[in-house]
Amino acid sequence: MSHPSSPLRTRIFRWSAPILAAPLAGCNWVVMNPSGDIAVQQRDLILISTALMLLIVIPVMAMVVWFAWRYRAANKAAEQDYDPDWDHSTKLELLIWSAPLLIIICLGALTWVSTHKLDPYRPLDRIDARTAVDPRVKPLAVQVVALDWKWLFIYPDLGIATVNELAVPTNVPVRFDITASTVMNSFYIPELAGQIYAMPGMKTQLHAVANKPVGGVGFSANYSGAGFTHMRFGYKAMDKAGFDAWVAKVKADGADLDRAHYLTLAKPSEKAPVAYYSAVEPRLFDAVVNLCPRPGQRCMGELMHVNMMGGAGKESARETQGLKYDFPDSHVIDQAERNEGVQTAPDAPGATETPPDHSSHSGADAHAQHR
Amino acid sequence: MTTTQMIFGRLTWDAFPWHEPIVVATFVAVVLGGAAVVAALTYFRLWGYLWKEWFTSVDHKKIGIMYMVLGLIMFLRGFADAVMMRLQQALAFNGSEGYLNAHHYDQVFTAHGVIMIFFVAMPFITGLMNYIVPLQIGARDVSFPFLNNFSFWMTTGGAVLVMCSLFLGEFAQTGWLAYPPLSGIAYSPATGVDYYIWALQVAGVGTTLSGINLIATIVKMRAPGMSLMKMPVFTWTSLCANILIVASFPILTATLVLLSLDRYAGTAFFTNDFGGNPMMYVNLIWIWGHPEVYILILPLFGVFSEVTSTFSGKRLFGYTSMVYATCCIMVLSYLVWLHHFFTMGSGASVNSFFGITTMIISIPTGAKLFNWLFTMYRGKIRFELPMMWTVAFMLTFTVGGMTGVLLAVPPADFVLHNSLFLIAHFHNVIIGGVLFGLFAAINYWWPKAFGFKLNVFWGKVSFWCWQVGFWLAFAPLYILGLMGVTRRMRVFDDPSIHIWFIIAAIGAAIIAAGIGAMLVQFAVSIWKREELKDVSGDPWNGRTLEWATSSPPPEYNFAFTPVVYDTDTWADMKRNNYQRPLSGYQPIHMPSSTGAGVILAGLATLCGFALIWYIWWLAGLSFVGIVAVAIGHTFNYKRDFHIPQDVVTRTEEERTRTLAALGA
Amino acid sequence: MSSTTATMEPRAYHLPEEPHLHEGHSTNLGFWMYLMSDCLIFAILFATYAVLGGSYAGGPGPKDLFDLPLVALNTAMLLFSSITYGFAMLAMEKNRTSATQGWLFVTLLFGGAFLFIELYEFHHLILEGAGPWRSAFLSSFFTLVGTHGLHVTFGSIWLVTLMVQVAKKGLIPANKRRLMCLSMFWHFLDVIWIGVFTFVYLMGVLR
Repeated sequence: MSHPSSPLRTRIFRWSAPILAAPLAGCNWVVMNPSGDIAVQQRDLILISTALMLLIVIPVMAMVVWFAWRYRAANKAAEQDYDPDWDHSTKLELLIWSAPLLIIICLGALTWVSTHKLDPYRPLDRIDARTAVDPRVKPLAVQVVALDWKWLFIYPDLGIATVNELAVPTNVPVRFDITASTVMNSFYIPELAGQIYAMPGMKTQLHAVANKPVGGVGFSANYSGAGFTHMRFGYKAMDKAGFDAWVAKVKADGADLDRAHYLTLAKPSEKAPVAYYSAVEPRLFDAVVNLCPRPGQRCMGELMHVNMMGGAGKESARETQGLKYDFPDSHVIDQAERNEGVQTAPDAPGATETPPDHSSHSGADAHAQHR
Repeated sequence: MTTTQMIFGRLTWDAFPWHEPIVVATFVAVVLGGAAVVAALTYFRLWGYLWKEWFTSVDHKKIGIMYMVLGLIMFLRGFADAVMMRLQQALAFNGSEGYLNAHHYDQVFTAHGVIMIFFVAMPFITGLMNYIVPLQIGARDVSFPFLNNFSFWMTTGGAVLVMCSLFLGEFAQTGWLAYPPLSGIAYSPATGVDYYIWALQVAGVGTTLSGINLIATIVKMRAPGMSLMKMPVFTWTSLCANILIVASFPILTATLVLLSLDRYAGTAFFTNDFGGNPMMYVNLIWIWGHPEVYILILPLFGVFSEVTSTFSGKRLFGYTSMVYATCCIMVLSYLVWLHHFFTMGSGASVNSFFGITTMIISIPTGAKLFNWLFTMYRGKIRFELPMMWTVAFMLTFTVGGMTGVLLAVPPADFVLHNSLFLIAHFHNVIIGGVLFGLFAAINYWWPKAFGFKLNVFWGKVSFWCWQVGFWLAFAPLYILGLMGVTRRMRVFDDPSIHIWFIIAAIGAAIIAAGIGAMLVQFAVSIWKREELKDVSGDPWNGRTLEWATSSPPPEYNFAFTPVVYDTDTWADMKRNNYQRPLSGYQPIHMPSSTGAGVILAGLATLCGFALIWYIWWLAGLSFVGIVAVAIGHTFNYKRDFHIPQDVVTRTEEERTRTLAALGA
Repeated sequence: MSSTTATMEPRAYHLPEEPHLHEGHSTNLGFWMYLMSDCLIFAILFATYAVLGGSYAGGPGPKDLFDLPLVALNTAMLLFSSITYGFAMLAMEKNRTSATQGWLFVTLLFGGAFLFIELYEFHHLILEGAGPWRSAFLSSFFTLVGTHGLHVTFGSIWLVTLMVQVAKKGLIPANKRRLMCLSMFWHFLDVIWIGVFTFVYLMGVLR
């Protein structure tokens, strides 16, 4: 599957082989070698589909090279074969349409089945290839909010939350409920499972399970503005004991994530340090999904109710309070705060780290210029 | 609002990037270069010539060449962006932030995508179709010659706006499709997205009109005897591509209108607030966006068909299935848009549907590949440059097609979406398909347009640089994608992947050498044009009508309207010992040049510029100007003239003499 | 298949006479394609209305806002204008210049009345606070109806231009062709309006 090569280009690869071989050794092909069952199945699907396609691709490429060589004008041996008016053969035409068709029928069937089986919305039915899910075990719920430009993870059942660090216990199904605060992001942990978009005002879902204790990274896979490149978080899959210890640690030195604190946290910032919260306001995630974390904002649920009723009457035209969610310049890091080095939660333990270098933020300055 | 704001809108001194040394240096270079060009044109008194013979010309051949020049210039700009990205990603490791901050880097990758698609690929294919299609169908010009000129200048106007953003304000920092809410006024308040919107709107009008124009030309102006199933394959694929243009660019226009209303009028289509729906934009833009990729590739499929058949010295294998395959692709391209966002949470059944329709497209595409293969089979293949590019295409595109089908499997897409694997895939098909096809086409039809062949040595240097450079630049991206590295990243913290970005950067450097070699090839060929001269008009032993006339063709293309009996008309004529008529010339009815296109497009560009900078009075004034000039233009009823008989006779007798000299 | 053609009698590979493609041979086809591309823009606006038309953002809905009798009157204006344009075309076929001009003028009046009523409706809505920025529903409503209105406006400007041109040059073929194009344009706008009236107004109020 690795680098696509073609017979004509073997030359190039032979030449570059020493350069290529060196880096191959030290690299982590995480998509090809993940540690979560969903990602493993997705990897398998990549391999099977590729093999299926190679059934036709390899002969075609071989034929291209062979025909190009065999029927070159300089080849006297092929001269008696020259047939300038040969332009049709029903048998061949049937073959050239049916061969790809057959492959696509197989691939299409595979697609239909696997897409349903690996639908991120579908609760898991297996832990790994050998183990079925124990129906008595409740999946671990994690609420994910993509903020500018950091990740907030809320564990509603445990009453804790973290910033830029996600830990999950191994061999326990996890259900992620995902949303975003302002613009579109994509929530992706290559070790664990495929990505799904995190979008404001919408909730997407991902079911996954980690099978091995590993440390890895997760990140936003969809460009979301100036701080996007550093929008990464630590991903830790831990065994039961390790996870419990981690939860205890979060509970021990964490702060309280209430609305006011959330709003401070939600302000744009880059390279936000890891932060722990030992308590979370219970309906915070719902408020974020419903676009109403600020006091006075009207929630989407309530507005949808109005939609169902066919409108709120003529007078409601003037009631525009609390309907605003996109604020001017809300994607720009506050200059004053940056200068003070205030990053995210000032009272969170991780926040004591040195604020990262800001040499790259003149983008924000440029925004400010034009206002 | 102050008086300055009233006059200049939000255009202030700060909009000029004084504090950015790289941009200032580029700006100075551009100004000096521009001044030199202007001075040279003035010194050699070329302004009048350019205006009369080129800018205001309605000759489809000249417009075609102008499109190609525009595409080439913008290609250099777009490639410069690519090099900047490769360099940044090769440098930004081990704690280094690279040399581009987010503000610049994000503009660079957005501009790269926008420019390469809208102002490189589109002008190139439009130029190609403009030049070749009327010749292939035996017509004198297109259906609406004035509209053709206007379309070209609108496309150029869009390109001018994009280039403006380099030195005035900034370009969008949103990615090339500008997904809201990021592209909304709250999150992108500066001029960037406005440049994006108005550049695409101005150019989009041109593209739509040129699409209408070429369809009408192909439907109405074919030579007698040329039924639809006797059209050359390039004309067929152009027809399908133009149908796609007309049936998809209005969607882009409408979508961008809605986005601009959000930004300018405070509506709530794609916002978070007041009940807007950003997903709607994503759907709409891809309903345009997917057909767009087939708009780009279809004409080149036609080029490959012409080249393979010509250089194999054979009729095209499976003409009929080729035509049906093209039409299948055309229709299917509307049924696959959702595969660009499987990961946005559509249900499994919806995802599978769009995944499978996407795969189905690979069936007609595969059939086409086999057709080319069997055209080569039992042929006598001459490996001239166009054929080399074609074989390279067949090999490269097959790989790109395969990774494309892989991405169409939704669960696989969940891990590969937005990754560098995806980037490698679409560069694999766009470079391997569109660009290689364009290079084949340029090498193939250059002698037709200018009367001399291109230098082979430098052509081969360029070819091999591209082959090596391409795989060095993009194979690492496939690999990085499988390592979970995603697109649009500016800085990396994992040192183990550094080497791949360095290899990719080396690849980009080799590609740069390939582009340089191509420019040298043009220069050398022009320098030595006497040695490379072709007076026959048919240097490759061609098979279609464009090779029946002189190189370059006279203004009227054909002295007598040809009559067609077979798909490969010129091959058929040669086989039947066709004799060029030597007398009986008649005056030829031709459209007149007009400056209205330049003026209208100039005003439209000015209007776009004024809207970007909130200079409302200028926007209003230029808009009124557009309407007034357009109305004024309709009062001009005298839009054609006759080329006198003696001019035709003189031109044709000259050709008779050169052909006789060739025979002697 | 064509390898045997060499034995056939020589073919004439060119026309001896210049074929007479009449001026404007492609205009109807080209204009038709333009209309279809325009139709696509309306299709997108209809689709947007279908998706966002139920999103009131806590504000008023169609039942609260639409004044059906006024819209019916408006519809009548546009339909009448289409009929009178038809009469203008009939007169044009008979080469009756002044009758053509007369009917064109009547068409212009009806078109103007339509625009006036539409602007009145918009003005009224905005005064009530229900402007295009109030909700996604109103954004899509104003854009769909407004785009149609903008087309009628440009159609009217074009109509005036053609009346001047007919006055100057008479019913020459070029002008007849232009009138034909505007006729297609005008009827096309009628068809679009019937869609707007049905899907936006009728279904909005009666649903």
